[in-house]
Amino acid sequence: MTLARRIIPCLDTDGQRVVKGVNFVNLRDAGDPAALAARYNQEGADELVVLDIAASRDHRPTFLETIRRVAAELAIPLTAGGGVATVDEGRAILRSGADKLTVNTAAIRNPQLLTELAAEFGSQAVVLAIDAKRVGSRWEAFVRGGRETSGLDAVEWAKRGVACGAGEILLTSMDRDGTRSGFDLELTAAVSDVVGVPVIASGGADSPKDFLDVFVEGRADAALAASIFHDAIQGLGELKRFLHANGVPVRLSE
Amino acid sequence: MKISLVEYGAGNLPSVEAALARQNIHTERASTPEAIRAAETLILPGVGHFGQLMRTLTERDLIAPIEEIIARGTPFLGICLGLQALFSGSAEAPGEPGLGILSGQIAALPPTAKLPHMGWNQLRRVRPSALLEGLPPDSYFYFAHSYAAMSAGEAAVAMCDHCEPFVAVLERGNVFAVQFHPEKSGSTGARVLANFIAAGNPRGRA
Repeated sequence: MTLARRIIPCLDTDGQRVVKGVNFVNLRDAGDPAALAARYNQEGADELVVLDIAASRDHRPTFLETIRRVAAELAIPLTAGGGVATVDEGRAILRSGADKLTVNTAAIRNPQLLTELAAEFGSQAVVLAIDAKRVGSRWEAFVRGGRETSGLDAVEWAKRGVACGAGEILLTSMDRDGTRSGFDLELTAAVSDVVGVPVIASGGADSPKDFLDVFVEGRADAALAASIFHDAIQGLGELKRFLHANGVPVRLSE
Repeated sequence: MKISLVEYGAGNLPSVEAALARQNIHTERASTPEAIRAAETLILPGVGHFGQLMRTLTERDLIAPIEEIIARGTPFLGICLGLQALFSGSAEAPGEPGLGILSGQIAALPPTAKLPHMGWNQLRRVRPSALLEGLPPDSYFYFAHSYAAMSAGEAAVAMCDHCEPFVAVLERGNVFAVQFHPEKSGSTGARVLANFIAAGNPRGRA
């Protein structure tokens, strides 16, 4: 009896439609979020993440409607986020049907936000998203959708974020994101080893072996990917059977 | 038959509603003492903080009606924090009394494990369980919590382990409770909810 490692498809949206891009740029349309959500729920996803990567205030109501449409398709947990900067915005996301919310840029500007969100909704609902990029001998946490560095050491920021109230870390390697060259195992292990909360590894997934590596060497609790699932390059059932056969505890389809 | 969900601001109430609706089980929200007293089956959903839950129930005068209908034999299901509320109190909010339907305190899970205990885990059954009827022994259930009941005497029917064993399912007469989230546990969780409705209504009127 062991806690299963989770496989999490991610829907990056412009608020309304799923979009895809490499290293956060050159976005193109990849489908309807609710339709993809229904498919992943059926295929054995352990959880789903839906992000508004544009995160502009103008179309926030559109994204909340997208969360409602996605949540309606799911009998598994849903995490949603993008541009959340206040407790009220967090509440709107949870009330729309998400179980957890992600915060990124706003938490770096004001770490107290994590404490306020955790006090209001519980740590289990607060996911700190960190976009990390190799800069010299360390990783720095980037903000504003990866457009600029915060100057913070990503590993140190993860520790501080957890101390402030984050209940989970969604750790994206910007160097690997969209490249399909495997997860950043070193980065994932560096963060997983110093925080006492679950770490979701993100960025670079391609083959089943990449997932095996990030669970074993990267010591991730969950692994997230987008395009390989959207394009059906990788089936969820097949991936989980591979992990199971290689000794990783996973929830196989019912 | 009227199936009521206690409405006090819990984030997972719409999910529980939706999970039951998918099985064509209609529910009503109960936010007043009168509505709770009128329930024929009652579900207490919950996520978040023990102290906040108990204070909210107190402010809305919902404690006495919940205790009354449980004493009257009305089928009751507590989910996650709704399980924890059945106990005398919790380390999460020292001094804040729980419903006290079951004796004992809710404790923090050991910090040697990653917390929250978040994700899909399996159960170890210790007694026959109505809620788990028909489910394979290796089924997975979705958990998201940092506190738990470490024991529940004879009421404990299934345990889970996260460094230490804790109560995952308890059943005593008309009182049922689960630490996991059936509304987020796929078709396995749907079966648990259906089993609860069936157990509370043995003539199958659900």
